[in-house]
Amino acid sequence: MPDGRMENHSVLEADRISKSFGAIPVLFSVNMQIRSGEVHALIGENGAGKSTLMKILSGFHNPTSGSIRFQGAEISLPANGEAEEMGIVLIHQELNLAEQMTVEENVFLGREISRNGILKRDEMRQTVQRYLDEVGLNIAPTARISDLSIAEKQMVEIVKAISRDACVLIMDEPTAVLTQAETELFFRQVRRLKATGVAIVFVSHKLSEVKEIADRITILRDGQWIATKPAAALTPDAMAQMMVGRELSDLYPPLKEADVDADRVLRVKNLCCDGVRDVSFDLRKGEVLGFSGLIGAGRTAVFEAICGLTHIESGQILVDGKETRFASVAAARDAGIAYLTKDRKAKGLLLSKQMRLNLTLLSLPKFIRRLGIVVAAEEAALERAIRRFDIRALDHKTKVGDLSGGNQQKLLLAKVMESEPRIVIIDEPTRGIDVGTKQQIYHFIAALAAEGVSVVVISSEMPEIIGISHRVVVMREGQIMGVLTGDDINENEIVRYAAGLKQEATI
Amino acid sequence: MTAAATNSGKKGQQMRFDIKTAGPAIALILLCIIGYLLNPAFLSEGNLANLLTRSAFIGIIAIGATFVITAGGIDLSVGSMAAAIAGVMIIIMNSAVETFGGGVTTVLIGAGSSILLGLGAGWVNGILTTKGKIEAFIVTLGTMGIYRSLVTYFADGGTLSLDFAVRGTYRPIYYDSFIGLPIPVWVFAVVSVLGWLLLNRTAFGRYCTAIGSNEAVAVYSAIKVDRIKTMTYVIQGLCVSLATIIYVPRLGSASASTGVMWELEAIAAVIIGGTVLKGGYGRVGGTILGALILTTIGNILNFTDIISNYLNGTMQGLIIIIAVWLQRGDWGSARRKKT
Repeated sequence: MPDGRMENHSVLEADRISKSFGAIPVLFSVNMQIRSGEVHALIGENGAGKSTLMKILSGFHNPTSGSIRFQGAEISLPANGEAEEMGIVLIHQELNLAEQMTVEENVFLGREISRNGILKRDEMRQTVQRYLDEVGLNIAPTARISDLSIAEKQMVEIVKAISRDACVLIMDEPTAVLTQAETELFFRQVRRLKATGVAIVFVSHKLSEVKEIADRITILRDGQWIATKPAAALTPDAMAQMMVGRELSDLYPPLKEADVDADRVLRVKNLCCDGVRDVSFDLRKGEVLGFSGLIGAGRTAVFEAICGLTHIESGQILVDGKETRFASVAAARDAGIAYLTKDRKAKGLLLSKQMRLNLTLLSLPKFIRRLGIVVAAEEAALERAIRRFDIRALDHKTKVGDLSGGNQQKLLLAKVMESEPRIVIIDEPTRGIDVGTKQQIYHFIAALAAEGVSVVVISSEMPEIIGISHRVVVMREGQIMGVLTGDDINENEIVRYAAGLKQEATI
Repeated sequence: MTAAATNSGKKGQQMRFDIKTAGPAIALILLCIIGYLLNPAFLSEGNLANLLTRSAFIGIIAIGATFVITAGGIDLSVGSMAAAIAGVMIIIMNSAVETFGGGVTTVLIGAGSSILLGLGAGWVNGILTTKGKIEAFIVTLGTMGIYRSLVTYFADGGTLSLDFAVRGTYRPIYYDSFIGLPIPVWVFAVVSVLGWLLLNRTAFGRYCTAIGSNEAVAVYSAIKVDRIKTMTYVIQGLCVSLATIIYVPRLGSASASTGVMWELEAIAAVIIGGTVLKGGYGRVGGTILGALILTTIGNILNFTDIISNYLNGTMQGLIIIIAVWLQRGDWGSARRKKT
């Protein structure tokens, strides 16, 4: 593309795009111009609408209103990734490669070169080799995808895109799972690609990286376009400030003052496990302790290790001052510690079963008399749970999979509380549920804490963490970056820690 | 929630539920009617007792298989396991005759060793799938081959025969009756009741269902998944050993052809009974009916000349395919759309 560096030439342009899912609006009249030969970063908090915008730009969603211009002409993009034919390629965060096939087979998947039904392997191999050389990737076309590192897989995705003559490459958090060294390699290749005139859009939560690689930055907040600015004009701190800045509503219940002298019911010292390095913190009786950080920062891993779900490499866990290490979830449950998973559909509930069976599964030993399950006691527990958590279902026989997300979440909460824990870890308490249910769950968490239960809330939604926590621990890349209390609990501080701009010297 | 809404919800669900649970029972009744029409002697007391006795082997093994399959596993080794246990049991009893004679002691030693072997073999299958993290299909395919070749080796390619000194003592276990029913039928009945209680009334049964429907949820719900899954294979082994104990006196021998295809018949009985092959939903009652259906087909073919007895496998195969087709989740709704 000889005219790749023309300043005002937008290859792809979103003009006053709005999008609603059902009755819920997620984008409000957003503009974005993508130019050839630029790296355009898209930043914003979780739920700001970045993914939706990317999917609209690549044809996976249709905008509710507004228009898209491609190479100057207004068009409507074909659905289901067919926009790839036009050169607009979206690379998902979960890579889309056939693990057991080779690089060459993946690149040509679905459009193999053949003659009379026989594949022309040599020709395809040479083509792939040429592309690999082009991006400077040192792997063989015959290498199996499952043998590659994540960074290499990412590059294979990019090669796949180039082989389709991509002129716009949209990437969803490509660096989220890369190490420092891999990120550098990745950026080198992105710069090379940019020099050939390809427009690159990428989403990242790592603001220092955005500063390093991007030419221009578009910031979204709550589905609204905030600004598009040259990267040179923004510091990471300024970006963070533009990303946040929203008033907290009375969605959150008033928090009871934290008792700083309360017993420390859980102490973790120098915990190391897969994806977690040297994590230490305390949890007091009746406290709500928030865990904030980016997705993949290791928050879930910490608590899965503590609850006996995964292996602990080293470190100390003290419950009520006594050193413990739970060999199983059952042992953790018996000690009064329960973990509520963030993945309620895959790990939390049996979707094909009824509510009663799900409710009592974690605490089933409680319902056993002389080797048998007492169904009447289970039914009574279900009645209680439905009242206490306001679970709305057609009747008791309804399959859990047919309940709404909010009711499923309440049932999962009921299931965990049925084991009567003294310490409860709630991972993403309000993922994918409506505001009304969110408020109920926040009030429930506050009430639990007031009763003396210690609650850990892991959440990627910052207002939530700020609204309900007494203290907030911020993690990044498996480590604790800082612990915030009182007035320090605000979005600016959390973003600075989470993005790695600030770290407490000692904790 | 209004009363009307509650009622309509329940009604719809019960309708679907009924078709699925009653299916095997209806099929069995139809088979009996067909059998009677073809030959009234089908419903004679002697034939019914014979039919029940013959279904006891597959039935007992299939009840064990119900647990394995409900918990998301599969055990292909049961037929070979039965043959190997029968072989070893005969060897042990034959050598015990020298010291203990042909009395009850020898039979008890044989039965005891059978149970230990069954528990052990099941445990091996369980440990290899859970701790060894090898797929159940592969593990039991492997042990199936091993047990089959072991019995051939023990019999030196021929037949292992039970010492005639014990046969007299042991024979009644298969051939005698107690309160009008053959002893194998009693064993089948007791195993059925215990199996039903275990699956439907205990935490163990609940855990099997949970593991089969979603193992990750089970792990997060404090269920010791590995232990429960191993237990299902141990129960399967125990069932195989019980079936072997009542099978051995029937012929008094074991060879490489003992128990051939039993694994498929057991799995077929389980599936015909309504248990879901990929796990998460199991029915002991259905399994019993499934075993009875399979035996009844063979029995009817023996009784008539319309279809050759050699086509027994064809009929069983058809029944399995039809049963699963009827149990498919969308059958009810597809049917409703048409009418």
